Amino acid sequence: MNWILTPFKIIGSFAHTFVRELGRMACFLATSFFWVVFPPYLLRRIVRQINFIGVKTTLVIVLTGSFTGMVLALQTYYALVKFGAETSLGPVVSLSLIRELGPVISALMVTGRAGSALTAEIGIMRISEQIDALDAMALNPYKYLIIPNLLAGIISLPLLNAIFVVVGVWGGYAVGVGLTGVSSGTYFGGIRDFVSAKDILEGLYKSLSFGMLITWISCYKGYFTGYGAEGVSKATTQAVVLSSVTILIWDYFMTSILLT
Amino acid sequence: MIEVVDLYKSFNGHEVLRGINLKVEEGQTMALIGGSGKGKSVLLKHIIGLVKPDRGKILINNQDIGKLRGRLLKQLKERCGIVFQGGALFDSLTVYDNIAFPLREKTRMKESQIQDTVLAELARVGLSGAENKYPAEISGGMKKRVALARCLVMKPEIVLFDEPTTGLDPLIAKAIHKLIRDCQKSLNFTALMVTHEIPAIFSLVDCVAMLYNGKIIASGTPEEIETSKDPVIHQFVHGELEGPISIQ
Repeated sequence: MNWILTPFKIIGSFAHTFVRELGRMACFLATSFFWVVFPPYLLRRIVRQINFIGVKTTLVIVLTGSFTGMVLALQTYYALVKFGAETSLGPVVSLSLIRELGPVISALMVTGRAGSALTAEIGIMRISEQIDALDAMALNPYKYLIIPNLLAGIISLPLLNAIFVVVGVWGGYAVGVGLTGVSSGTYFGGIRDFVSAKDILEGLYKSLSFGMLITWISCYKGYFTGYGAEGVSKATTQAVVLSSVTILIWDYFMTSILLT
Repeated sequence: MIEVVDLYKSFNGHEVLRGINLKVEEGQTMALIGGSGKGKSVLLKHIIGLVKPDRGKILINNQDIGKLRGRLLKQLKERCGIVFQGGALFDSLTVYDNIAFPLREKTRMKESQIQDTVLAELARVGLSGAENKYPAEISGGMKKRVALARCLVMKPEIVLFDEPTTGLDPLIAKAIHKLIRDCQKSLNFTALMVTHEIPAIFSLVDCVAMLYNGKIIASGTPEEIETSKDPVIHQFVHGELEGPISIQ
């Protein structure tokens, strides 16, 4: 009889853990947003985290943005030329970047560079009792560690996304106009004709939500890290994997909602 | 005054504290002794409000911390300080900034006043000149002194010490003990110190309590504990391998 029940037990245990973890994460986010409205507002800490999450990721965003735009233009050109539609190169490259690739790739880059570092930093603070020390001083750890990161993520991601898209469009221009021979006027004229404010807003909504997702998951994993160096290492890996997977899943749902 | 009444705490079904009763009078220094991993640090974390008990009360100056919320709890916490086992210094801040941190965050002092206070506190713990170093650049003994300075800078009425001399050589340990005693005399705080420095600590404290099997099995003057006929206390205090305490 046991062999029949075992799979159900495993599924049940997995579902129980999943729901419990989801609930804890929701409580963590709700607590963070609850404390946002109360002083002190710690603006200097928010600016410092914008520098860490946003400014220090700019170079990576510029590099990935330019090469993404270039390869996109190259691939698209050879596909479009088969149908004699190479004049659509500008709109295809720019719409792909604005609506999809910009928000997603910039979020994945921030996860790799800043999300992992956030988890490791907060995790080390947890295991070395620095978070307890804050609490013992009657200072709210959410105010000092979580909220500045959440706000910095929400502010930084749309800006990084904008940089990614602009650099990507120019990367596409360099390949499309410089190498394949599409005219400059055709490239930018197409963009002007086909890209609407709605497309830009779609990218903005996505990057705003990704900014919150990355910092939420990274801070949560660091705040509730396991014991010792292994615990922090595990938490960091989980934060990167969970953030990356959640970005792609959430992107699908956002796209479905925004396209309807 | 610290008073713990019938305190219980379990973690994942494992009962760590099983009805703790403890009282530290105002201005006294008490040493809390007991085996490693038996709940002494957990008890300290209850007293400072970092861990919530399953059952029981903790009274700080006759106020039940379990019943306090919001600003009242914050005010009570501000009157207490803790020196963690590893120091718990903020590793991204210098020694100076670590000590200045509570002053900057909790008071409206001007930067010049903060500077004077921090430098005076550093001089008190014998670390003048180390203000620009980071925690990673200083020794274990220095970290404990910085942690003590950061705790005392807010002039707490109650200070909890979690193994303040663990991992230090005997001379440094003795110097830290003397420093704690001197600070206690000059600031007149109530102190509860978790320690394994037996019998060295007996000459520095007013009373000693022993935690065993999740309960305080004895509390009294250092002489009473040292000369106790209770086989558990005798074995622990004299470090004997044979006796009722099983070594795992």
